[in-house]
Amino acid sequence: MAETEYDKEHTHPGVGQYVEIGIILGVMTLLEVILFESFDRGFSTQVGIPALIVLTILKFMLVVLWFMHLRFDHKLFRRLFFVGVALALLVFGIVGANFYLGPQIGF
Amino acid sequence: MAAQPEADMSAPLPGTDYEHSTSLGLSNNKLGMWTFIGSECLFFGALISTYLIYVGRTNEGPTPAAIYDVPFTSVSTFILLMSSLGMVLALAAIQAGEMRKFRTWILATGLMGATFLAGQFYEFTVFAAEQFNLTTSPFSSSFFVLTGFHGLHVALGILMLLAMWTASMMGRLPQQLHTTVENIGLYWHFVDIVWIIIFTVVYLIPAATTAPAAG
Repeated sequence: MAETEYDKEHTHPGVGQYVEIGIILGVMTLLEVILFESFDRGFSTQVGIPALIVLTILKFMLVVLWFMHLRFDHKLFRRLFFVGVALALLVFGIVGANFYLGPQIGF
Repeated sequence: MAAQPEADMSAPLPGTDYEHSTSLGLSNNKLGMWTFIGSECLFFGALISTYLIYVGRTNEGPTPAAIYDVPFTSVSTFILLMSSLGMVLALAAIQAGEMRKFRTWILATGLMGATFLAGQFYEFTVFAAEQFNLTTSPFSSSFFVLTGFHGLHVALGILMLLAMWTASMMGRLPQQLHTTVENIGLYWHFVDIVWIIIFTVVYLIPAATTAPAAG
């Protein structure tokens, strides 16, 4: 048996949609570079850096949801992945808090 | 003369099951791959956290703004993103039974991965020439460990892509095994999303915030 019953039932996007996502990803990367270059011309980093982070999250989600098929796949796969992401963010938060706040609160 | 369907030549042996049924109705291999990817999120999360802690500790060495070549890295990033597109097109091809197209896309994906890796090797060589290496500063150590481990993941992905291409050429990767291609594709896309984060968090933001003020 090559595929499970579940595999037979769920569908993936078509080639055209994959190419569209690929073009959007390329354009978003170009936007990131333009934003970065605009800092040299005096564009505010207080606006530009949040914009860079938003673009990064959008690119991340496009790849995860469409190329990795999490939008179409079983919810268990989604949970496994996003639990990993949540734990990574937790580690990041704990390390950051310990490093930056620790000295201030006497650690 | 019509071409013979390749799947017939590489059909599984009678009675051979590629995958075991599970009570969830899901592929064990795919479940395993997603579990592995979840754990890898933690691994890279820890490395990126470490980098962010040490990015300001340059000692007497160069700062991110002084050492990074962002336009060059942008091209590498674009190539890696497009390799993800190649990977999904390879998957779509094998699912449609278009084996020749599958091999073309899988080879293109591997070549784009190799180009990215060559770019990283070149970048490291330039850094070494500028006295920026693993022991220069806490910033350099965290940078090389993070990007080095990512490069190692890319190299492993390229080996898996080449193995699939070789297996397909030898007729050992029939259309029925497209879930294997999907699983390796998941790994490849994961390597790509890690780089999407690295590109912004490691290159763009530190280079922008440590650059001398314009004017």
